[in-house]
Amino acid sequence: MPKSGKPKLAVWKFASCDGCQLSLLDCEDQLLSIAGKIEIANFAEASSAIVKGPYDLSLVEGSITTEHDEERIHQVRKASRFLVTIGACATSGGIQALRNFSDVKEFISLVYARPQYISTLRKSTAIADHVKVDFELRGCPVSKDQLLEVITAYLGKKKPNIPNYSVCMECKLRGVVCVMVSQGKICMGPVTQAGCHALCPSCNRGCYSCFGPKETANSSSLAGWFLQKGASREEIVRLFRGFNGNADAFRKESEYYEE
Amino acid sequence: MRSKTIKVDLLARVEGEGALHVKINQGVLKEVQLKIFEPPRFFEAFLRGRDFREAPDITSRICGICPIAYQLSASLAMEEICGIKVEGQLQELRRLIYAGEWIESHVLHVFMLNAPDFFEVPSVVHLAQVHPEMVTTALRLKKLGNTLMAIVGGREVHPVNLRVGGFYKAPAKKVLRDLLPEIRWAREAAIRMAMVISGWEFREFTRDYHYMALSSPDTYAVIEGSLASNRGVDVPVSKYDEILTESHLAHSTALHSRTRDGGTCLMGPLARYNLNYDHLSSGARELAVTMGLQRTCHNPFRGIQIRMVEFVHALDEAERIIEQYEVPSRSFMEVEPGAGTGYGCTEAPRGSCYHRYTINKEGIITDAKIVAPTSVNQGPIEEDLWDIVAHNMHLSDDQIKFICERAIRNYDPCISCSTHFLKLTVDRE
Repeated sequence: MPKSGKPKLAVWKFASCDGCQLSLLDCEDQLLSIAGKIEIANFAEASSAIVKGPYDLSLVEGSITTEHDEERIHQVRKASRFLVTIGACATSGGIQALRNFSDVKEFISLVYARPQYISTLRKSTAIADHVKVDFELRGCPVSKDQLLEVITAYLGKKKPNIPNYSVCMECKLRGVVCVMVSQGKICMGPVTQAGCHALCPSCNRGCYSCFGPKETANSSSLAGWFLQKGASREEIVRLFRGFNGNADAFRKESEYYEE
Repeated sequence: MRSKTIKVDLLARVEGEGALHVKINQGVLKEVQLKIFEPPRFFEAFLRGRDFREAPDITSRICGICPIAYQLSASLAMEEICGIKVEGQLQELRRLIYAGEWIESHVLHVFMLNAPDFFEVPSVVHLAQVHPEMVTTALRLKKLGNTLMAIVGGREVHPVNLRVGGFYKAPAKKVLRDLLPEIRWAREAAIRMAMVISGWEFREFTRDYHYMALSSPDTYAVIEGSLASNRGVDVPVSKYDEILTESHLAHSTALHSRTRDGGTCLMGPLARYNLNYDHLSSGARELAVTMGLQRTCHNPFRGIQIRMVEFVHALDEAERIIEQYEVPSRSFMEVEPGAGTGYGCTEAPRGSCYHRYTINKEGIITDAKIVAPTSVNQGPIEEDLWDIVAHNMHLSDDQIKFICERAIRNYDPCISCSTHFLKLTVDRE
């Protein structure tokens, strides 16, 4: 514990869009009270004051895509007592893990005129593939409420109350009529972990799985339903190959339909 | 002269990771490089093979701070290919959510990233200890922007309700009208804050910039208009590639954009203000006058004031749209794919965000090109830095670093867009 007696918070960024760490600054009603309970010790996007580690709570955003970051995550782990990954990139590899299904050299030459300047790994991988992760927060982006829950649970020394049931449950809780049953829309909700309060179905569209596969997701059964609803095999590949395409349950399904 | 190298680990309060390298030899400035080493993410490559309707959701993930810019630039390009034009209330709803993004992003930059510089404190949390009222006001203003985003888009970061052709669901009239009192409060508060900001000290610094932004005869262009500049450029968005080309420099994973003749140009609030001043809301123009700004402004260190002007403009836009809003009979226009190439460009808070796509007749993307405003603004940033360092070499490295950081922050660079750390090294030989 630092002299202030407050635990130290660090926010780390790897390959990502900044949206998950922005979610912390988006907690307008709670930001100053959080700062009263926890020392924002290392959060480059918000503060130029960097307090030395070790840190009590580290929030890690982004996936590992370069050799440099592959080393850096070990330093972050060493400097952190409790490490929480925030968002789809950090927990599954993110949208940039679409490279994992292609030849990355070809990708580099498509985007950069001078491929020799680019150093990158063949795959974009989750933080847990490299170091021990103490807790994972899903979402692309994370939910502000869940982010606050993780921080307050940490401060209260209790387990964060994060549900691992599916989006379907949230539709029922919210009174949203099933878009797949009633309108025949393709929806990833049955295999997707809750956390968004059934955002897409409440906007009258199918879920596209920002939060990734729920525990024991029956992806192959759902894909079978999609076929029955008239989806092509290519569409099914794209559906499972989204913001969490590198998560096991989804990767296996998309590879199956690609064959 | 004693040779020394100073390393500073972080340029904080920017979005993304970068470093600044300054080389001074025998008292002569030799090199200024803004290095960006954000890991490459290859969006343009993996968009190939995706359905055209997926582009708005996928490209919004390029940047968590300005997802609407990506969603709408992509949508406009796809709509052009498919031969539809979104108009009326749907177009107004697009303007409204974009106003929400400007409000949220400008408040984030002005009060949380930029204002701490003026008090030489490291963060908004520290600022709250000296100016609690300003920070609580800023947070409330920021929340309004996010609320607008959430009502129209479903959520603040990576909204889900926008689609090619319009929206999945049109918001109800009442939830929007309920925001009007808060918008009117925000307008008063923003003017009050802008006057406080105007009392701060701004570094004297001007250069002869080439400004570029969307411009339209009828409105302060955000999601319409042609690409225009103060040096005679006035072309449809489809000619963007003829005006600006990208080159790849060794020190950066972000591509640098230059005009055809190798020149740099500046995008964002300063460019829009100078090119489109007449189309600002009357309230925004009034504020500019009260703050003592001229009709033109060439000092990027006054960017914070220009952002406040645009902030009031965005609030006025939001109020106007909500007052006239009627729920549209259909929340989107049907879009059938047609083979072809289309172009979309919109004004992200930090500058023009350009997309170009080619799709086949099945609606599968075969080619994609995206230019974020930061890859254009890297040019003027480096030139500003060059000027600043050249005129201040007598100062200590720490002082140089402080001014350089501020000069970079003037642009609110979203480095993650292009591809967070800003490390500063000064080599003096």
